Amino acid sequence: MRQVHSKQVIRAKGLSKIYREGAAEFRALQSVDLDVHAGELTLMMGPSGSGKTTLLSILGCILRASDGRLEILGEDVGSLPEGELPRIRREAIGFVFQAFNLFPTLTAAENVALALDVRGIRGPVAQKRGEELLAEVGLAQKARSFPADLSGGQKQRVAIARALAGDPPILLADEPTAALDSTSGRTVIELLQRLAHEHGRAVVMVTHDPRVLLFGDRIVHLEDGRIVKEKRNVQTRRDETSSFGEAPMAAGLSNQFSI
Amino acid sequence: MGLLARRNLFHDKVRFAVTLTGIVFALVLIIIQFGLFLGFTTTTSNNIDHSNADLWIVFRGVGYFDTARDFSEQKLYQVLATPGVERAEKYMQAFGRWKRPDGRIESIQVIGFHPGRGLGEPWNVVQGSVADLKQEDSVLVDELYREKLGVEKIGDRVEIGDHRARVVGFTRGIRSFTTSPFVYAAFKNSLDYTNPTSSEDRTAYILVKAAAGVAPKELQKQLSERLTDVDIYTMAEFSRKTRFYWMFTTGAGLAVLTAALMGLVVGVAVVAQTIYAATMDHIREYGTLKAMGATNRYLYRVLIEQAVWSAVLGYGLAMIVAHFIVDASAKGGAVILMPWSMSAGMLVLAVVMCIAAALVSINKVTRIDPAMVFRG
Repeated sequence: MRQVHSKQVIRAKGLSKIYREGAAEFRALQSVDLDVHAGELTLMMGPSGSGKTTLLSILGCILRASDGRLEILGEDVGSLPEGELPRIRREAIGFVFQAFNLFPTLTAAENVALALDVRGIRGPVAQKRGEELLAEVGLAQKARSFPADLSGGQKQRVAIARALAGDPPILLADEPTAALDSTSGRTVIELLQRLAHEHGRAVVMVTHDPRVLLFGDRIVHLEDGRIVKEKRNVQTRRDETSSFGEAPMAAGLSNQFSI
Repeated sequence: MGLLARRNLFHDKVRFAVTLTGIVFALVLIIIQFGLFLGFTTTTSNNIDHSNADLWIVFRGVGYFDTARDFSEQKLYQVLATPGVERAEKYMQAFGRWKRPDGRIESIQVIGFHPGRGLGEPWNVVQGSVADLKQEDSVLVDELYREKLGVEKIGDRVEIGDHRARVVGFTRGIRSFTTSPFVYAAFKNSLDYTNPTSSEDRTAYILVKAAAGVAPKELQKQLSERLTDVDIYTMAEFSRKTRFYWMFTTGAGLAVLTAALMGLVVGVAVVAQTIYAATMDHIREYGTLKAMGATNRYLYRVLIEQAVWSAVLGYGLAMIVAHFIVDASAKGGAVILMPWSMSAGMLVLAVVMCIAAALVSINKVTRIDPAMVFRG
């Protein structure tokens, strides 16, 4: 049974992002309001250039908003100096990338241990924790494999284990299934869903992948830097009989998602 | 971070080999240039440093060893009459013409001294002895110049000036900074070889040994009050003045120091380029680290650790290469010296050079926008 986690971990109010180049100006985000709760898998969708990645970067504290207010775990990050943002990223956020971004010269276990090293955890403690995290994502037997020897799905699961190294309450994933086949993609989205539902993490995932729609608790649709639509999945769990590879497109989901 | 630094550094073996080659090239170049500089400076003042004299008395205005001007030996008696003087000896040096057995002429620098009195004598005598110079028309030469001087063994006969001379022994490792080898002879013979018309009651230098317990500086002061028309130097002062003359007024020192500096610049450039290229290859990884919450300080440490590894390994290889070159130079005309202080200094220089080279990369990494990790 899914646990209920209603704690608000991200609160964004009126976020805007303007890129300037000379006299030219591009508004990537326009007054976006978004609350993200623990225990939820939030999908962010929209066409290219709609501002999804910009919003994810701002939520991940690696990009500053031009305007608006952003609270992470109740802390107003907009008022923090630049040097404080890495601390927020270490303590609150784990990232999962489309291209995995694993370190090719390190083994799977070492990749995870590196995320611990960044947090000042080293030696046997880091090694043990790294192996535990790999076991959590089902890759205990691949601990000593280098990324080049892993499949796409395995790489992404290592990346998820790495993202979990700091035990962050928030996971931000940028198209984590885009480069994967349907089987691997399903494994990864199920893992992310489990991390939200069973571990109480807030998972925000940017995606173009219609196969993952049924797994999200919420779909936020962006266009031209604005949230134009927000749907909530009326089911508490995805339909066990639905197939990842045959998931319907968003347009046909009105019977399963409520606005 | 240490693991990442090492793995990224050693991962691309070709690039790492290029980095090491750059460091080794730079260090060996610097070692050779500084070693030559040290060798040259030591060579220029060799006769002074091995003279066993506490003071050198020269004609007023003679600023270095190789420009002697003679003066009356009367001064020698004044010196000997001064309290605190244990011994004092006449000493001369002058350029001469050496006629080889095959008739070819070579320029030489004749050193004249009183054998057996312990002042101004040649050292490292490997064949014959200094005492053999008491024989008429006898000379000692260095074995390095056997070929140049056309002699092979004791007993070989040559002409110096228009005077007969016979080789009675060989020294080892007494080089001349000029192209004229040193030829050691008894004082009187040296006058015959270089200036037969010169009177024996004149001298180019007076070498003074202070009595036990007498400070050379104090004796120098006392002698200065008694003697006129001469300059009195402690051995260290005269040695320093001679070295300074050859190294910095002739441009020889500037040339080798400039070459050493060039080595340093080339080394920094090569290492900077390779470390920068390696950093750019891994730039996305550094962006990922930043996104993961790594501070700039963490990233600096990764790069600096790579630089230090490069420096230490490059230094080790450079020392091996340099030792071969230094050993080979011992048999040549220009000695390269590498004292332990220089070896230690080179390690520090290698680390500083590599860290300086890494600064370009550090600057680049500091400016990485972590948002790059979301771009394809």
